[in-house]
Amino acid sequence: MEKLNSNNKAIIVDKITKSYIAGKKKVVALDEISFEVTAGSLFGLIGPDGAGKTSLFRILTSLLLPDAGTVFVDGLDVQKEYKKVRQRIGYMPGKFSLYTDLTIQENIEFFASIFGTTFEANFDLIKDLYSQIEPFKDRRAGKLSGGMKQKLALCCALIHRPSILFLDEPTTGVDAVSRKEFWEMLQLLKAEGITIIVSTPYMDEATLCDQVALIQDGRLLDIDTPDNIIAKFQKPIYAVKSSNMLQLLKTLELNTAVEKVYPFGEFHHVVMKHTDGSLQIPEGTEVKKIIPNIEDVFIDLMRNHE
Amino acid sequence: MNKHAIVVDKLSKHFGDFKAVDEISFEVAKGEIFGFLGANGAGKTTAMKMLCGLSMPTSGSAIVAGFDVYQENEAIKKNIGYMSQKFSLYEDLTVKENIKFYAGIYGISPSKIIDKTKQLLNQLNLEKEADVLVGQLPLGWKQKLAFSVAIFHDPQIVFLDEPTGGVDPITRREFWNLIYDASAAGITVFVTTHYMDEAEYCNRVSIMVDGKVEALDTPFNLKRNFNVQSMDEVFLHLARKAKRIE
Repeated sequence: MEKLNSNNKAIIVDKITKSYIAGKKKVVALDEISFEVTAGSLFGLIGPDGAGKTSLFRILTSLLLPDAGTVFVDGLDVQKEYKKVRQRIGYMPGKFSLYTDLTIQENIEFFASIFGTTFEANFDLIKDLYSQIEPFKDRRAGKLSGGMKQKLALCCALIHRPSILFLDEPTTGVDAVSRKEFWEMLQLLKAEGITIIVSTPYMDEATLCDQVALIQDGRLLDIDTPDNIIAKFQKPIYAVKSSNMLQLLKTLELNTAVEKVYPFGEFHHVVMKHTDGSLQIPEGTEVKKIIPNIEDVFIDLMRNHE
Repeated sequence: MNKHAIVVDKLSKHFGDFKAVDEISFEVAKGEIFGFLGANGAGKTTAMKMLCGLSMPTSGSAIVAGFDVYQENEAIKKNIGYMSQKFSLYEDLTVKENIKFYAGIYGISPSKIIDKTKQLLNQLNLEKEADVLVGQLPLGWKQKLAFSVAIFHDPQIVFLDEPTGGVDPITRREFWNLIYDASAAGITVFVTTHYMDEAEYCNRVSIMVDGKVEALDTPFNLKRNFNVQSMDEVFLHLARKAKRIE
């Protein structure tokens, strides 16, 4: 069991399976998932709602037992040594789970005391974050706006200086500016040596991770660095634009050389069937060959998995 | 008939000293797909509540579907549809029951409900799932069904509050096809989103900052005016100016 002793793996997941009974149907939430996360890296779990992200997070944080498979976090078996695991991880669930009738300050101090530490002991780690909510430190958590709740939840997840931080959809429903700021903060935490596992339904956030796992229907579609995931996409892809986008979409849908065409912001993206496929387009159409982004890859992997 | 679905003039909503919505003015044309963007806390939800007849403005005026938000808010509710990511359908009712329930609330006759339900299930490819609890449907299907239910009573305007949040990229695009169909059928679409690529699918986009509408134009003109390549950059440029602490 050499790999279990290797120090540079913060997380080792081996063939995790989890299913639920919904009504009369068995729903497979996670289907033999395996992956590893390098210590000190920023790892993204990218996938839509219902893909299995939260089930996986709950298993990794010792809050849910898998049907089969093993998980090692920081070298510890999550099932057998869950008490030790919980000391070493920070977990911010997707749903706000702090005490709404305690103030900002009381919540942080409460979580510090639970972990046997103090607000002051690890203050340097949350200093930047805390300064943004400090003006409201005597306000009850239930009375805070979404953005402030999120910052408080992150403070509470960090106050015992965990070696691994789990963030379940921290940016869902968050606007583009706040999302950008949140990711800048994650880079700072990474620089402190904390391993970060973050899940998100926003495909554009994938490029901010060292490594990403694309997840859909309980299965990993791919796992690699963002650059490698994109490099594996072999089919030519074009961005096209004309004055009548709807008409252009319909014309290209009938083109037999085209595998798939879909709207993508101000352009349509056109994926060709063959690697040597060139695109015949109606006159007056602006066309350029592009490098696919993670969302293009995700769409392609989803289609070819079905 | 007026050619505008929504006419808003200096509409404001104050909570004490706090100006959640601060004199916003705009018009939305009939059948238009109107993107209503803004950072969290910019005042979008408060503005939408007023337009839906759910919250009384402090000052200013708004005519929605031809009705006044002060005097005729009940008439507004009958003539609009509403759907949000947070609340849309009853999870413990079946697909059919949800349709029947919503259609019944809007006073559609039972025979018409039966006919239209058949048509809708066929259109969404949900015939086999008619008797399945909504809670058991994948999110993407739920959202498409919720949208169809929101326009079941043929409203003049449909308000969509982050309808595609968390939805997979393929379903997200299928959802927008439904929006285009509704718009082509003459329904005005008022939509909020945090996906900036979706801002491009709107005829016009407004961006709220600190309670005010800071910009309103077609995506093309907004990008040209701010001299940037994408709506993402337009949004970042404007929203970064926000002074309010959210």
